[in-house]
Amino acid sequence: MCQECREEKANVFFTKIVNGVKTEVHLCEKCAREKGDLEFTFEPKFSLQNFFASFLSEPLSEIWSAPQREQHPSKVQCSNCSLTFTQFSQIGRFGCSSCYSSFGEDKLQPLFRRIHGSINHNGKVPRRLGGTTRIKREIEKLRQQLQQHIQMEEYEKAAITRDKIKSLEKELDELDEPDEVDETDEPDEKEG
Amino acid sequence: MPEKTFIVSHWMEGTGPYAEVAVSSRVRLARNIRDIPFPYLASNTQTNKVREMICSGAAEQENKFDDLHFLKMEEAENIDRHVLVEKHLISPLLAKESHNSGVFLRKDEAVSIMVNEEDHLRIQSIFPGLQLEKAWEEVDSFDNLFENKLDYAFHERYGYLTACPTNVGTGLRASVMLHVPALIKTKQFNRILGALSQVGVAVRGLYGEGTDIIGNMVQISNQITLGQSEKEIIRNLFSVTRQVIEQENAARQSLLNENREVIADQSWRALGVLKYAHLLSSQEAIQLLSDIRLGFELGLVPRIERRLLNQMLVLIRPACLQMLAGKDLDARERDQERARQIRESLKGLAS
Repeated sequence: MCQECREEKANVFFTKIVNGVKTEVHLCEKCAREKGDLEFTFEPKFSLQNFFASFLSEPLSEIWSAPQREQHPSKVQCSNCSLTFTQFSQIGRFGCSSCYSSFGEDKLQPLFRRIHGSINHNGKVPRRLGGTTRIKREIEKLRQQLQQHIQMEEYEKAAITRDKIKSLEKELDELDEPDEVDETDEPDEKEG
Repeated sequence: MPEKTFIVSHWMEGTGPYAEVAVSSRVRLARNIRDIPFPYLASNTQTNKVREMICSGAAEQENKFDDLHFLKMEEAENIDRHVLVEKHLISPLLAKESHNSGVFLRKDEAVSIMVNEEDHLRIQSIFPGLQLEKAWEEVDSFDNLFENKLDYAFHERYGYLTACPTNVGTGLRASVMLHVPALIKTKQFNRILGALSQVGVAVRGLYGEGTDIIGNMVQISNQITLGQSEKEIIRNLFSVTRQVIEQENAARQSLLNENREVIADQSWRALGVLKYAHLLSSQEAIQLLSDIRLGFELGLVPRIERRLLNQMLVLIRPACLQMLAGKDLDARERDQERARQIRESLKGLAS
């Protein structure tokens, strides 16, 4: 059933992901067209690269460069490979892995948000990276799971998950590593 | 130039779930070594060092690399490099510019690992049908092996760091090649494109980025690499693909119910032309192969192996034709060779 008109049979199904929040949408063709969700027509020459270049050309240069240029004109440069931020904007490629830290959060996070709708990696972590990051991520995942169980009133499952969190937290304490900079727990800022 | 035989890659087998629509499933991971500039910016010494690090890392592994051999790009013949591109085993970029590049190829050609492409390491796996999970497990296991030996560029917040910001995070791109003639014939595909763009799924033509849809073949892939886990990306693309397949199958049924004779006629004509033509452009051949494929899937033309159809789709391309002929061919000669190869392939088929 169409969520919009509640009359026609829904035959357009999609999941919207905005800032990592998924919403299921079921519409009939007519409503989907009216809502503009189907307005996108296929442009065969579409390429990710052009798509990305368009991110960097106008809107972002307005957002970033204008105020920055006044302070220190295009001086942002990678300390490792010497690629400047201006060069990065032109070619759309980083020079090395250090560029990611050299260019700074204020420049990269808006870009990542626009491309991916998110700024936090949620996937695989190299095992060699040491235990703490992996454990912290695992705890984060379990906490989300715990919330879901509570919402669904699955209290037995919630109790099991809570115990898992506790034991991981204990493990983390035992590792007793010196404080490291960890920003992964910060929630995504909501876009307007 | 010696004549060579055409090796059938695993993805061409025509097996696997949903093979009536899904031709192949591919997953690739982008990885880099910490602090060494990405290949396009690195010095000759640096790219050489990267290649050595990766090769010696692979050499120290047991068993897993036994079935793989490493090919240095600068040592491969031009024609062989392009054949690998046409078989979707390496990217055009890897074939074109050598920054001390190379590729590990597994015997069954289901795994290819590119060195010094856009990123230092691109681990790729292709399976026939809709088998994204399987392809993911394959690349994941190779990734784990390399991870033991190499100091990967990884950021606490952003994940795996890549040359292009569209790959950062998981570095994972999954894609499925689909044959969707019924959705295109019934003009439903544009509607589906709209829906796909909403779920972060990109659509490309048969030959990848920036190519038109020909032969009713489309590639759909995940757009987002940062923020979702690998499993979520794979699962999401899987379920989107399954919906497209369902729609394609429904459209095929309605074509069969309403236009059976027209579709049968098209398939038989296609078979006739391909069996007897002496000059075939690549465009025409690809369209006709699609017509036969649809006819076969609907049971309207005699049994023809999917494997043969997939194989023909690749061997009609320029580098493959020249490899099979054992010499350079101009455009007219290629049309001739293409027609000859197809006639040969379809020889045994009853009419």
